[in-house]
Amino acid sequence: MILASVLTTNLAILVLAGFIGFVVISKVPNTLHTPLMSGTNAIHGIVLLGGLLLFGLAELDSFSKALLVIAVAFGTINIIGGFLVTDRMLDMFKSRPKPKPVQESSALQTKTGVDGEADTDGKTGA
Amino acid sequence: MSSLPLGTVFLQSESFIYVLYIIAFAMFIQGLRGLSGPTTAVRGNRIAAVGMGIAVIATLLNPGAGNWGLIALGMALGVAVGVPAARQVKMTAMPQMVALFNGVGGGAVAIIAWVEFRNHGSTYGSHTIEHTFINGVYLERISAHVGGPPTYVAIFSVFAAIVGSVSFWGSNIAFGKLQEIIPGRPISLGAGQQVVNLVLLILALAAGIDLVAGAHSEVLFIGMLIVAALLGNAVVLPIGGADMPVVISLLNAFTGLSAAATGMALNNPALIVAGMIVGASGSILTNLMATAMNRSIPAIVAGGFGGGGAVEGAEGAGEHAGTVRSTSASDAAIQLAYANRVVVVPGYGMAVAQAQHAVRELTKELESRGVEVSYAIHPVAGRMPGHMNVLLAEADVPYDQLKEMDDANSEFGRTDVSLVIGANDVTNPAAKNTPSSPIYGMPILEVSDSHSVIVIKRSMNPGFAGIENELYFDPKTAMLFGDAKSAVSEITAELSAL
Repeated sequence: MILASVLTTNLAILVLAGFIGFVVISKVPNTLHTPLMSGTNAIHGIVLLGGLLLFGLAELDSFSKALLVIAVAFGTINIIGGFLVTDRMLDMFKSRPKPKPVQESSALQTKTGVDGEADTDGKTGA
Repeated sequence: MSSLPLGTVFLQSESFIYVLYIIAFAMFIQGLRGLSGPTTAVRGNRIAAVGMGIAVIATLLNPGAGNWGLIALGMALGVAVGVPAARQVKMTAMPQMVALFNGVGGGAVAIIAWVEFRNHGSTYGSHTIEHTFINGVYLERISAHVGGPPTYVAIFSVFAAIVGSVSFWGSNIAFGKLQEIIPGRPISLGAGQQVVNLVLLILALAAGIDLVAGAHSEVLFIGMLIVAALLGNAVVLPIGGADMPVVISLLNAFTGLSAAATGMALNNPALIVAGMIVGASGSILTNLMATAMNRSIPAIVAGGFGGGGAVEGAEGAGEHAGTVRSTSASDAAIQLAYANRVVVVPGYGMAVAQAQHAVRELTKELESRGVEVSYAIHPVAGRMPGHMNVLLAEADVPYDQLKEMDDANSEFGRTDVSLVIGANDVTNPAAKNTPSSPIYGMPILEVSDSHSVIVIKRSMNPGFAGIENELYFDPKTAMLFGDAKSAVSEITAELSAL
């Protein structure tokens, strides 16, 4: 009974998580698909936890330990690299702060309108 | 346990760890929701990252945790490799970087399954019914237990090993192709390819079933990993560069699913939830991309693109003996300067030439002359969906100037000049007009609706699909041959001299 309930509980979590993923993701516009792929890619780096858990096993031989070091390193690369790269990508989508908003109405300023040229010059040079 | 201070007992209690996991995956979901809009995306990504940090800390709180030095070593190695790689990669090389990060994730899954097998594999197949599973500590209890873990643990673990290995090797091949370490063109065994793939798949499955049934052989397990590795190679090698987005997305979904399977085997809810969300999202993305290319996922995976398409394309090539009109940078500059509306159609060629900054300079020059400029983005332009958007955003192109395909197509009729920069198949009218064309039915940017077209292209070589583009033979099309970056810079120079 206990066994069945653990398996079925986990299966329920699995199925529901799948639906949540489906619903959450299908709302993302095309233009953000690359960052999205990169972001979800970072999230499956959670396998790192598997490596951490197995390190707690009592009788690991040194080969197993060596394998786990690699697994933990891989998982860490997946997580850290994935989130950093996504952050870099998304940083470029951020609407630029407009330091000279005097001439336009406030509605236009939030929209990154035609007034983008003057202040972006400095940024591309940097 | 009794000697520990009360606080430690609380922090290491299973309920507390579980609560932290729940917080973590709530943050993953919230983070992914944030990714649905350009203004909330940065924060969304950071929320997910913090969630990941919480999940890692929760796992380390586990009372059974140990080998701290080795954990620190592994994490330090990961940081030392991952951080510089992520910081230094160019935006144009982003797709292969994602492939690589995806690959190491799959590799981690396969290795974890392997270690799991080394420690519990000898008990696979000995069905013990009675076993209390409590998050985390259960692993220790298994190793102390005479009987083995229940069969489903072995099934999920073996599944994770196969899929993780396929994902690791497949992603590495995808990386190699995009980085041009190995040729981007399809490398295939021809007609026998599908048979080979099928045999490899059956072999891997057979080994897996044997292991679950109680073949306590590590050699067999390693053999299974190797067969899965061969399968990963055999599946991705025959696929050409242009289909890589679909493949990376598919492998991303695979790694997610294998992480979820690892979670099922280790009874860890954080792994199950996070892995499954990625599996679901990857599947959706893959499907979206395949639809945009008018291709089915099985066709891509089973056969590779180049083969059939190239042959049909070669037949079609003879029909087009039409004349191509070529133009110069100064003529193009004049044409653009006197237009009211210009639509830039960027493609793979712009990404390769890293011309996005040059393009932005050009459009700024045009805007200063009062020309209305927008960008038409095909869903599969470049190497990944949204790749063009990332590149153009890097060059400070305002987000609202980027038009998705449907919006762009309704506006080409009012466009004076369409400037096609390194895009080919996604503009080919054959997809609409020629039922015999291999790309017939693929949604395209209807560039030929605009009043005139300037195409910047290196040569008349056909695009990835290996077919001629009728657009180039259209009388209103002018070809400007050259590298995208230098050609665009020349036009900008001519413009400012006008």
